Amino acid sequence: MSGAATRAPLLAVRDLAVRFTGPDGVARAVDGIDLTVGEGETVGLVGESGCGKSVTALALLRLVEPPGHIAHGSSVRLEGRDLLALGAKEIRAVRGNHVALVFQDPLSALNPVLRIGAQIAEAIRAHEAVTRGTAHWRAVEMLAAVGIPDAERRARAYPHQLSGGMRQRVLLAMALACRPQLLLADEPTTALDVTIQAEILELLDGLQQKLGMAVLLITHNLGIVAERTRRVYVMYAGQIVEEAPTPRLFAQPSHPYTEGLLAAVPRLDERRTRLRAIPGQVPPATAWPPGCRFHPRCPHAWERCRVEEPPLLDAGAGQRARCWLVQEPARRKK
Amino acid sequence: MLRFVARRLAFAVVSVAAVVLVTFLLVHAAPGAPMLGTPETIASPEVVARQRALFGLDRPLPEQLLRYAVNLARGRLGESFVLHRPVADVLAEAVPNTLLLGGTALLASLLLGLAAAAAQAARHHTRTDTVLGVVTLVFYSVPVFWLGLVLLLVFGEHLHWLPVAGMTSAAIHDRLPPLGRALDVARHLVLPAASLALVQAAAFARFQRAALLETLAAAHIRSARARGLPERAILLRHALRGALAPTITLAGLSVPYFLAGSVLIESIFGWPGLGRVTYDAIFARDYNVITAAALVAGVLVALGNLAADVAVAVADPRIRVDR
Amino acid sequence: MSPWRLAARRFARNRPAVRGAALVALLALAALVGPLFAADPLAQPDPVRLQDRPPSADHLMGTDPFSRDVLSRTLHGARVSLVVGVGAALLAVTLGAGVGLVAGLAGRRTDQLLMRGVDVALALPRILLLLAVFAVWDNAPAAAVVGLIAATGWFQTSRIVRAAVLSLREADFVVAARALGEPGWGIVRRHLLPHVAAPVIVSASLDVGNIILLEAGLSYLGLGVRPPTPTWGNMIMDGKDVLLSAPWVALAPGLALVVTVVAFNLAADGLRDALDPRAAA
Repeated sequence: MSGAATRAPLLAVRDLAVRFTGPDGVARAVDGIDLTVGEGETVGLVGESGCGKSVTALALLRLVEPPGHIAHGSSVRLEGRDLLALGAKEIRAVRGNHVALVFQDPLSALNPVLRIGAQIAEAIRAHEAVTRGTAHWRAVEMLAAVGIPDAERRARAYPHQLSGGMRQRVLLAMALACRPQLLLADEPTTALDVTIQAEILELLDGLQQKLGMAVLLITHNLGIVAERTRRVYVMYAGQIVEEAPTPRLFAQPSHPYTEGLLAAVPRLDERRTRLRAIPGQVPPATAWPPGCRFHPRCPHAWERCRVEEPPLLDAGAGQRARCWLVQEPARRKK
Repeated sequence: MLRFVARRLAFAVVSVAAVVLVTFLLVHAAPGAPMLGTPETIASPEVVARQRALFGLDRPLPEQLLRYAVNLARGRLGESFVLHRPVADVLAEAVPNTLLLGGTALLASLLLGLAAAAAQAARHHTRTDTVLGVVTLVFYSVPVFWLGLVLLLVFGEHLHWLPVAGMTSAAIHDRLPPLGRALDVARHLVLPAASLALVQAAAFARFQRAALLETLAAAHIRSARARGLPERAILLRHALRGALAPTITLAGLSVPYFLAGSVLIESIFGWPGLGRVTYDAIFARDYNVITAAALVAGVLVALGNLAADVAVAVADPRIRVDR
Repeated sequence: MSPWRLAARRFARNRPAVRGAALVALLALAALVGPLFAADPLAQPDPVRLQDRPPSADHLMGTDPFSRDVLSRTLHGARVSLVVGVGAALLAVTLGAGVGLVAGLAGRRTDQLLMRGVDVALALPRILLLLAVFAVWDNAPAAAVVGLIAATGWFQTSRIVRAAVLSLREADFVVAARALGEPGWGIVRRHLLPHVAAPVIVSASLDVGNIILLEAGLSYLGLGVRPPTPTWGNMIMDGKDVLLSAPWVALAPGLALVVTVVAFNLAADGLRDALDPRAAA
């Protein structure tokens, strides 16, 4: 069982699959994942670039564009409502309003020819019937809430006049302006300096507590996942390969891929002459390997792994892993 | 912002000066030096003597250039050998008509082109996109003078829908009330303006479609969609606005094409503008008129570029920071 | 796979582009071979009886006001249009690339000087200058037409090439080559040229159609290559006076122009999409 509240989860994703049709065949970028986020909970979704995590975020709000499409049989339920079955107007009412999505690169996510205050106000007026004046005032309020000094004046600035950290704050302000219940944060700090990263994450924490908002933190940075999330999902080759409460994942990873990820992080308290990388490369999404998708790179793989694809197996204390080692721990090579 | 405009203005002046210089040099350097009329219309000795004196045509080149520049500053553009009138008068009558024709065509082509491009971008990957793409390609590849002839043939002669010559219906024009006169001119304006506009609209559409598609794929559009903004607002407010700057630049750069087109189209439709004057002058080797026309054209082009630069700076705040 | 092979594959998959290229090849063939079999374009076998005859078995596209065979003149005109179009485009990009290379590789002063000149030149209306020159230059040979059109059309290319060279000058692989002691010319040829080749090729191919129309416009006005030598433009000029009674005289060359320019534009669009995948939409 996941460690979330026993109430029905805020977000329940079942069997989500996203496919892209291209000249080289069909790429199954997201291939049947399940995840849940409880109210007010912070959940992490971790994986390397190209494992399908950004596509997952887009799919949740039905923002996947052709040649990609969400496969039949996928279900994304927000408070019980299936988002994939909604009409165009209804899904628009959800976007930015109940569920907000923050992208990775703040400069390109903001319209360069419009002032930032106007962009925030526009988002508010798209969902609430308020006057221009009220929307503008609330936009300024939001800017102040994300820690932008002199908000009234700054609202008239253009995106290119602000620094990277400021822009990310503006993006957050835009996303939170309508007080969503769930925030999807796709690599919110990757484009920023380390010191700014910490500030933004603190800010996010504070806002989350104030608004009682749930957050799905999508990133490849294990450090922020360790600090900020309650539960983590690990994604590889379009699938969830491990899920666990955060402390347990870092203390006792079950899946060899997770182990590899953790081992690859250089540590100050260890003396090593070489960095430990996971051998091999992520296979192309058009041709996932048979059996367990990680087997070509796994140090413990045996016959069964090459032939049979493991489901998510229960490893105890809220942890599950998609690996035959859970059933046959003796096979683990030393 | 003001400094930006001032710099662009200075540049415009420089380019006009360059046009004057280059035209002068080219015309004087081309083999078969400035002829004073064709054998049929050879100027009388008195006119020749007058022009010689005014322009110093038998003096060395640099001196001629100087005299030309001085005359220009004094507004003395010389005399037309064919029409036996001061060039300045001829131009003063003709230029407004060309501005009317060219201006109408430019506006029409902008609207048409943008509409086509928006339709194509919004319906990307559908039949509409492909069909419109073919249409714009064909119109882009058509010689404008041939299009004019075809339109004249079809709509003017065979169908008798629209008049084929002149700017007004000479017989009745003066007896019409002001609104009637305006309508009369408008009727005569349709075919020539359409010839010019259709080709340029295709050019705009082709460019704008690519620009719009690129903008629509941009991250901030996806971001806007993620905020739940309605599609129409996204297209109009975010996508088109972003594509506005290059459109304005294109419009400014299209001024030379409209001017050149007017030379061809006005003669076909008998529109009494700068183009027709230039056309006749070319055939009659009316040297003074040709150079004066090139000068006016150069000024119009420089103004067009200037206006476009300023308009772009207004539309896109990033440009104001200047190079 | 080398980027050129990749681009070739992309081009091959683009059906309209392939058709355009095939059509261009066909037109080139027609221009090359057609005139050898056609009647004399200047011949006026029967000035009175054969004047303005509609298309018939003897004259597949009819005759013109001077009783010359329109089909033959159209085929001969193709030679002029194609030679001027392709020739001027090639010459223009060569000039532009040359200036761009010099500006990009030379010191700041030379660069600034050249680019200021280009800026002013870009502001000059090309068509009007050409009109002015050819208006007073009687019976200019085709070479002059090619030369002057090229001379007024290389500015944008020089900008593109200069930008590419500037950005590549400090690129790692160039610095590495110099560190290995490769001579200047070798670096230009082996490292820089392939990178500027793509935008230059695209620019040139997109230009051909416009140049063909430009030349047609000039000869329609009776400038440049003059009658009786047939060009599509001056054939339309002849045809406009008999537009109502003998429309085929102007229609044949006009259609030829449209088909030719469409073909070049299709191929050029395809080249652009193949060489710059970001532009493909």
